[in-house]
Amino acid sequence: MATLTTVRPPAGEISARRRRRRRERPGLKGLGRSLQRHWTLYLLMVVPLVWFAVFKYIPMSNAVLAFKNYNVIKGIWGSPWVGWQNFELFFHNPVFWTLVKNTFLLSVYTVAASFPLAIILALALNEARTGLFKRTVQMVTYAPYFISTVVVVSMTILVLSPRLGIVNEGLGFFGVPAIDFLGNPDYFRHIYVWSDVWQTTGYSAVIYLAALSGIDPALHESAKVDGASRLQRIRHVDLPGIMPTAVVILVLAVGNIMAIGFEKAFLLQNPLNLSQSEIISTYVYKTGLLNADFSMATAIGLFNSVINLALLLVVNALAKRITGNGLWS
Amino acid sequence: MTAQAETPTLPGKRAERRAARTQRIREPRTDRLFMVCVYLLLTVFLAVVLLPLLYILASSFSSPQAVSAGRVLLWPVDFSLRGYHAVFANPQIIQGYLNSLFYTVAGTIVSVTMTVAIAYPMSRRTLVGRNVVMTLILFTMLFTGGLIPTYLVVQSVGLLDTRWALIIPQAIGVWQVIIARSYFRTAIPEELVEASQLDGCGDLRFLWSVVIPLAKPMIAVVALMYAIMQWNSYFDALIYLKNPDLFPLQLVLRNILILNTTGGGAVDASVVIQRQQLADLLKYSLIVVASVPVLLIYPFVARYFTKGILIGAVKG
Repeated sequence: MATLTTVRPPAGEISARRRRRRRERPGLKGLGRSLQRHWTLYLLMVVPLVWFAVFKYIPMSNAVLAFKNYNVIKGIWGSPWVGWQNFELFFHNPVFWTLVKNTFLLSVYTVAASFPLAIILALALNEARTGLFKRTVQMVTYAPYFISTVVVVSMTILVLSPRLGIVNEGLGFFGVPAIDFLGNPDYFRHIYVWSDVWQTTGYSAVIYLAALSGIDPALHESAKVDGASRLQRIRHVDLPGIMPTAVVILVLAVGNIMAIGFEKAFLLQNPLNLSQSEIISTYVYKTGLLNADFSMATAIGLFNSVINLALLLVVNALAKRITGNGLWS
Repeated sequence: MTAQAETPTLPGKRAERRAARTQRIREPRTDRLFMVCVYLLLTVFLAVVLLPLLYILASSFSSPQAVSAGRVLLWPVDFSLRGYHAVFANPQIIQGYLNSLFYTVAGTIVSVTMTVAIAYPMSRRTLVGRNVVMTLILFTMLFTGGLIPTYLVVQSVGLLDTRWALIIPQAIGVWQVIIARSYFRTAIPEELVEASQLDGCGDLRFLWSVVIPLAKPMIAVVALMYAIMQWNSYFDALIYLKNPDLFPLQLVLRNILILNTTGGGAVDASVVIQRQQLADLLKYSLIVVASVPVLLIYPFVARYFTKGILIGAVKG
């Protein structure tokens, strides 16, 4: 390489190459000029960028821990490499399939229950005449979204409690003996999903309502002139109108299916329902922070992150094909 | 229309009435049935969401005995404020409440400042390199290091078991950056930037005296999003804090409501029963006290929240 650069090219070629270089790397030169012009803005970005580096990108590099045997004294980079050992141990652990199954089923059930209900609520609200009743329904159904997970779970536990709960009170009225809903693993998924539906349906409906209000009123008018009933107009005007929104939301939900949150499942857990309520994120917490097995917890978390990323990319590609519009452009 | 065309032979009043009737019939009868179903459905939705809330509220204003006996439905029985007295007599809860107020105010200030500081430069079209930076920011939405790697960073930075652990590690939400950036892009015309530059106004001065005043509605929305998130979260406190004096309200709530740790040893049977009854009642009052701040401000912000979701949804 060095010998090549010592050969001086003819004068004409130099300027040509320089010109090419100028054209080839406008970015770097532009960056210099931009830095000069907007140095205060770049300065403004420094603190947030450092934050992203420290709290987002360093953890990503720390994920190498998954391939190591963590030693507190030696630190992350000094700990010995163990290759895929943590993953192999996890995949051969009998708990592995239970975790995957619990996570997957809980997620799918949540999506299956909340997705259609939000659309139904939005369609019904859209049909109702504007007035106090409609506004009340919208305000009230939207409200639980703002209540914290801890409070929603506490309310659920109180309402379903065998000793105090109003549900068992009602069942008792019909002569049914009290049921310990939270102590029975078979009820766990229903409790999780339907309390979630209770909390988020009104919020999700808002997005569809916005899509519905974007539908050209002329379509409804012409359908009316053609003698279409309200139900027919919903089927042939409203539903196609919100289809793109619905597809994007469904796709996002499916893409996040293995990423179901820690907060609620953890709070609803108790030793009795663990066989159905233990999901990947709660298991990571217990392995890592309660049992201090950092490497194993990192490996499980990494496994989960990779699955999530893959799912999201696949599903986004599908969305692009179906709607011509990806989640990001 | 065709009905009216057929009727000119009839006397005037009758024709009008008939025309009116045919006009009404044009709305198919199934539609009226359909509307009944719609209103029924909405009533069911309303009831399902509202009744549990009313039940909790009614119980919180009842006497301990009525709550323990399960006599409360949707209206307070033996109206009493003993539940609330118990809530405000509990030092843990007061401490948690004050802590949460601090975390919410401080966290929101830090978060909003950081979000504007990154989102505004990202919105400037003449800033070279912003696409690379934005991609790096968006990527963190898709892939994360995970719980333990993040925990180790928080530990090595020395935030563990300090108040900052609840403020700094979650300071910036990518979603909020997206919302802020698209607002800056659409609400601040490019001509304004050029005009200010001609007048010799620097970027920072422009941000401070033109952009931020213009973006007040968006900043309010983003601030409320951060505030509500901060007020409602418990996870970071659970993993980063050990000192109970630093616990935010949500973690105190979890300990009292879900783990049933109210403290106090057994004295004698009747006292134990009374204490148990009061502990039960306290849960209902506590739920109300913890949710009131958020539910009070939510009707005023719900509209903007919706707008925020939509701005973010336009361009992800």
